[in-house]
Amino acid sequence: MPAPVQRRILLAHIDEPGYTSDIDCYLRHGGYGVMKRAIARQPEELIDEVKKSGLRGRGGAGFSCGLKWTLVDRKSGKPVYLVVNADESEPGTFKDRHLIHQDPHQLIEGIMITCWANNVRQAYIYIRGEFPQGARILERAIQEAREHRFVGRNILGTAYSCDVFVHRGAGAYICGEETGLIESLEGKRPYPRIKPPYFPAVLGLYQCPTIVNNVETICHVKHIADMGGDAFARIGTPNNTGTRIYCVSGHVRRPGYYEFEVGRITLGQLLYEVCGGPRPGRTFKAVIPGGSSAKVLKFGERFRVKLREGSMAEWSVEDIPLDFDYLSACGTMGGSGGVIVMDDSVNMVEALANINAFYAHESCGQCTPCREGSLWMRKITTRMVHGGARAQDGELLQSVADQIAGRTVCAFGEACAWPTQSFVQKFGDEFRQYAETKKTAKPVTPLV
Amino acid sequence: MNLKPDTLRKIDEAITHYPVKRSAALPLLHLVQEDQGYLSDEAIEWIAARLELQPINLYELVTFYPMFRRHPIGRRHIRICRTLSCALTGGYPVFEEFRRQFGCDLNEVSADGEVTIEFVECLASCGSGPIVMIDDDLYENVDVAKARVLADKIKAEAAKRP
Ligand SMILES: Cc1cc2nc3c(=O)[nH]c(=O)nc-3n(C[C@H](O)[C@H](O)[C@H](O)COP(=O)(O)O)c2cc1C
Ligand code: SF4
Ligand code: FES
Repeated sequence: MPAPVQRRILLAHIDEPGYTSDIDCYLRHGGYGVMKRAIARQPEELIDEVKKSGLRGRGGAGFSCGLKWTLVDRKSGKPVYLVVNADESEPGTFKDRHLIHQDPHQLIEGIMITCWANNVRQAYIYIRGEFPQGARILERAIQEAREHRFVGRNILGTAYSCDVFVHRGAGAYICGEETGLIESLEGKRPYPRIKPPYFPAVLGLYQCPTIVNNVETICHVKHIADMGGDAFARIGTPNNTGTRIYCVSGHVRRPGYYEFEVGRITLGQLLYEVCGGPRPGRTFKAVIPGGSSAKVLKFGERFRVKLREGSMAEWSVEDIPLDFDYLSACGTMGGSGGVIVMDDSVNMVEALANINAFYAHESCGQCTPCREGSLWMRKITTRMVHGGARAQDGELLQSVADQIAGRTVCAFGEACAWPTQSFVQKFGDEFRQYAETKKTAKPVTPLV
Repeated sequence: MNLKPDTLRKIDEAITHYPVKRSAALPLLHLVQEDQGYLSDEAIEWIAARLELQPINLYELVTFYPMFRRHPIGRRHIRICRTLSCALTGGYPVFEEFRRQFGCDLNEVSADGEVTIEFVECLASCGSGPIVMIDDDLYENVDVAKARVLADKIKAEAAKRP
């Protein structure tokens, strides 16, 4: 592939000197012009543009945004709600924070276009509790937009009214799961709902049809309305259209957030050319490509993949294009776009112990396999790290994980099982040897 | 309950944001906690009455959501990210440094009432870790040396307080 060049659409102005979050700055940059044109169009046309764009959700599952909007039950006579998922709690992900902090009006414009297209009269932005400043920035921006009649009553002097409120979470990861989020917005514990019947598009907020989309997804909507669905679909690669923001963290020289056309950059290019490669004197060992729930990739492993045009290819980790389809063909996922890099200083048992502590803390506790399984996985990896490792612990971990995935109300079950399954499967030797090596080796950096 | 007029105004406003009062539970818990420092039984009962709910409907939230607390904390709230990306870049030594600086244990209030140190899960700034949040402010790339500077600043501000 050619040398990667960022294609900054969502991040066009982010980090630009002098660009601020206030509305005057946004208006000077042509802000709300797209919305003005969109409101002059029929809502169905806008839904069509989004369908044509091929936009896939950036929150984790990569579900088609146009299809999601089509599934909304419009015959029920009930109001349709939009809930923007700004929970950004998947470890390794930090794009929504920058979109909110540095360009809140881009998001609000995307929200209003989405609302118009779907006949929404009330939207909520569910923002994680740990973003107090983000919540203040959004509240101020919404107020500014209200004063300019982009939000609220009689938008732009039309008969259309639609308001937006910010709703703060309170530190629970599971509120990122769309039905847990809805419960939380209703003032309850965020226990995810069973699907079916509780598909948000039919029985969402207050049992009304509800669209839940990620912050980045909604920001894309503005640009789709601007350039048209066909033009958007030409960016990126087939079935993986547009750009996406990759968040790189961990052991690279230049971690950060970078926007590229989806699938037009490989993992190797991202890590070596964009992020400057490993730290001095180190080599890459493992990478989690789509937030901590995604299965880990091991440098040195090989993948046989069927290419889109039909032929077969053999890839190493470095060759994998960063899109939804090829990452899943390699047994992992694009997820939230959070790329976590580990170099050869890391012991994989310790890294997994860190991840398992996260999931054990965050399980909502509603289903037995997830509640008990995530706790047992943490117990085992913590015991291993604290001197009690046994040679068969890898198999034990694997068997616990295997009993969670596929047996739970929500996808957290998979999210907590996949790290354990993939770590043990790919780094089994390290798990077997840990009982011996941990006596001599002291971690370079403690992870638990 | 002795809430500040500004808090009461915000509470009235928050309730208007939802077609169903119960939805205002999280906003009210945040507002009352910010006003009072923590959520007492009296506060919970007050919110329940305000939203026409039973106190248990709020206890079940306060005991679930990690950000709500039933007890006062130190004047300054130090939260250190514990999750993988921050741990990989040295979050644990930073935590140890804060603990040493203030001589207090995890989740406990320091003897002088000045700080509470907590571990939290991913704060969504993983690319510039280790991440530390002090009250509402986020600090990036906090190594042990920077932790010392931050601790000194907190101590200096405490000394200035009458
Ligand atoms: C355990 C769990 C946590 C999730 N956390 C988030 C999150 O923090 N932010 C987010 O946008 N989506 C998150 N999701 C995905 C949402 O359920 C939902 O699919 C997404 O918000 C839909 O938006 P999109 O189609 O625009 O991606 C999570 C899913 C699960 C199962
Ligand atoms: S899978 Fe886990 S997080 Fe999801 S509903 Fe069940 S217990 Fe809760
Ligand atoms: S891991 Fe610390 S901010 Fe994400």
